[in-house]
Amino acid sequence: MNMERAEHSAIDDSLLRQCVHCGLCLDACPTYVELGNEADSPRGRIHLATALAGGDLELSDEAVRHFDLCLGCRACETACPSGVPYGRIIEETRAHIEARHRRSWLDRLRRSAVLAVFPHRGRLAWLTRLVRALQLVGLWPLVRRLVPAARLFPKLSAGQPLRSSEPDGEAVRRVGFLRGCVSDVVQPQVNAAAARVLRRARVAVDVAAGQGCCGALHLHAGDVDQARRLARANIDAFDGRELDAVVVTAAGCGAAMREYGELLRDDPAYRERAARFAARVRDVTELVEPLLPESGGGQGAGRRVTYHDACHLAHAQGVRSQPRALLSRIAGWQLVELEESDRCCGSAGSYNLTEPEMAAALAMRKVDCIERSGADCVAVANPGCALQIAAELRRRGNPMRVAHPLELVDESLAARSE
Amino acid sequence: MSATGTATAAISDTLIDEIRGVVGAEGLITDPAATRVYECDGFVLARKSPQLVVLPASREEVAATLRLLWQAEVPFVPRGAGTGLSGGCLPLQAPVMVGTSRLRRIREVDVANRRAVVEAGVVNLHVTRAVAEHGLLYAPDPSSQGACTVGGNVAENSGGPHTLKYGVTTNHVLGIELVLPDGRVVELGGVVDDVPGYDLRGFAIGGEGTVGLVTAATLRLVPVPAAVRTMMAVFGSVDDACRAVSAIIAAGVIPAALELMDRLIVQAVEDAYGFGFPTGAGAVLIVELDGLADGVAEQVEAVEALCRESSADEVRVARDEAERAALWKSRKKAFGAVGRLAPNYCTQDGVVPRGSVPEILRRISAVAERQRLRIANVFHAGDGNIHPIILFDERDEDEVRRVLDAGREILEACVDLGGSVTGEHGIGVEKIEQMPLIFSPTDLRVMAELRAVFDPLSRCNPGKILPTPGACVELGAPRRQVPL
Repeated sequence: MNMERAEHSAIDDSLLRQCVHCGLCLDACPTYVELGNEADSPRGRIHLATALAGGDLELSDEAVRHFDLCLGCRACETACPSGVPYGRIIEETRAHIEARHRRSWLDRLRRSAVLAVFPHRGRLAWLTRLVRALQLVGLWPLVRRLVPAARLFPKLSAGQPLRSSEPDGEAVRRVGFLRGCVSDVVQPQVNAAAARVLRRARVAVDVAAGQGCCGALHLHAGDVDQARRLARANIDAFDGRELDAVVVTAAGCGAAMREYGELLRDDPAYRERAARFAARVRDVTELVEPLLPESGGGQGAGRRVTYHDACHLAHAQGVRSQPRALLSRIAGWQLVELEESDRCCGSAGSYNLTEPEMAAALAMRKVDCIERSGADCVAVANPGCALQIAAELRRRGNPMRVAHPLELVDESLAARSE
Repeated sequence: MSATGTATAAISDTLIDEIRGVVGAEGLITDPAATRVYECDGFVLARKSPQLVVLPASREEVAATLRLLWQAEVPFVPRGAGTGLSGGCLPLQAPVMVGTSRLRRIREVDVANRRAVVEAGVVNLHVTRAVAEHGLLYAPDPSSQGACTVGGNVAENSGGPHTLKYGVTTNHVLGIELVLPDGRVVELGGVVDDVPGYDLRGFAIGGEGTVGLVTAATLRLVPVPAAVRTMMAVFGSVDDACRAVSAIIAAGVIPAALELMDRLIVQAVEDAYGFGFPTGAGAVLIVELDGLADGVAEQVEAVEALCRESSADEVRVARDEAERAALWKSRKKAFGAVGRLAPNYCTQDGVVPRGSVPEILRRISAVAERQRLRIANVFHAGDGNIHPIILFDERDEDEVRRVLDAGREILEACVDLGGSVTGEHGIGVEKIEQMPLIFSPTDLRVMAELRAVFDPLSRCNPGKILPTPGACVELGAPRRQVPL
């Protein structure tokens, strides 16, 4: 039976068997809370994946629907007492589905369009140039009406490409810096702010040439081969450069890179290098927080900021306290806690492009909480979440600022040194 | 693997359309891929898929749905979050499942009178979260409290680690709103403690969904204790630890929680997490005391002295919240740690009088020896609610058979010592055969008659609680069991 399984399924049975069906994940799952349907819960999806792996369930459109609706936010992993690696299960199930299930042409178009543009910095740069041109000549409102996904684009500004830098005086750390695709193009000010803060923290920054997309979007879409190719390229780019860590400002990229070891476990040439690389990956907030001095009041003083836990930072990487400490201790803002701060905002990589309806419902729930917090600004450490939350705020006509924690730290440090 | 139910009534397309008219397309699940995930709850040894799952979003939708089912003569089974551990919501002889996952409103919080009216699908922990700002909490705290719902708690009369001091669900539910199988809505109990007449509220609580579907409950709220202290005592043997438990209770101290872990559990936890328990510890007792700050300080001293008199090798009081959290983690992660000792484990649930705890532990270890199995124990010592964890490998068929036999023998031993076959997991399908061990035929007949007043035609969760010929379930191999 198990041999047979191994042949006709891409889903590792031993992962599925770790689930004891206790249901403690249910209330952590945004789609279950929204719909109340067990098949749209982590436990339900594991149940279905087990049936798929055992060949007991036909891969119908309806069955696939329940996996498509999963955000991959991994909030269930935080809730799970048995340590079920749900993120790996959903990725393997998606690979299983993509290899066997024929989607409608519209669905295929939508999915391939996302992968054709987003992970390619060059194409994304062209797209943003086009968007900026349309915004300048006033045609943007028309586009937004025709293409709902276009609502996600904020007003774009031209950014400077990020370069390697050395701090003044002796460096306390040397880090590689992954620029990321979306972050670097759509919100270049975040990487720029991070680089300035790292410099003040006396960290040398190495923007290694040859780096590229982290592969997260491919992995989430079930394209494991492409994800592996991208992982190898990044490992090659950063290897042998004597770095203390590899940092990134996008939680989604950080989470994906921390799993390169798992991703390349069957690749003898890369297995060990991948594990070493993964062990050095840090979110930029995690790395820089202990290296910065206390705030002397900061320019944020008196103003309130709330913090949204990006799923791929809180659930996938366990980073929760450092961004908060940066906001209050270093930037000097008054931190007000956000209700359901670690519930997914619906961005979830490219989810808001492939599942706009659920994404919109979750964005509304998130921004309801943000508005109730009474904050003047919301801090978010992931570009997807930032775009999603900003778009919903814009839709409501709410001018509240959305910023990466390091942007606020950068402003505060700049104000202090003046 | 699958449960053997009697033939079930056919569901016509007309009935499905009529139900859809009540709950809308989003409240109706007919696709076999999606109904399949409802084939079991936290008890996975028996499985059967419903043909149809209905998720009403209001009391009115529940009532209209049940009326349609009643007219069509189709039995149904109510389901909460599906975290139950005895198969209470297995659709054994009912083709339709009615879930409460969309009944999620907190209707009212009455701070002055310390009560809240919440719908059945509200998650247990959300009640406490909703009233925390007023310094109140909802006391029953099953280990699944982050996911299980109030409706399911009412149906199972759920307990939790803090049962010893605070009591179980029935002690905290003032009234319930119940939709009868024919669609009529009744209010049982009230908003005050002493309601004249028969206590039908008490009858329905713990009814495991056999007397109707609970749509809402009026809950009692209690003040958050001013002080909480948690301590750990290490003993050379389980007998010494049990003596300490008896001494603590005899001294008039009522801890908020009193949890015992035996040698095998302590070793597993230590190997997995390195909490710093002394190696060779025969048993570890976790004691939580709460109340007014002064009183709690005195009780901490008293409990420490009593533990030392019972030959405790070491007593440690958590100094701060972090240490307290670490102590509870050792208890709550115990099951995860046990998962490392064997590929599978199965948790039993039984009760003995507190004084018989040492004796039941001796009998459990005799069972383990006879059946050639390893059995670990972690349990609520204060109220004699035992949870033997039987380790096994499901690929070994002979061992699986011995696991099932051992489970039965342990429950029989509980009854023999004057206890019961379930402490907090309920009867469901798992323990229905053992009901005659604790109740006489007349007891069971009266229960059946009383149930018939609410459900005269056995349309509501048929085949549960009371043994009937159709209620026999063939249990499959136990898989890894869930933490408590």
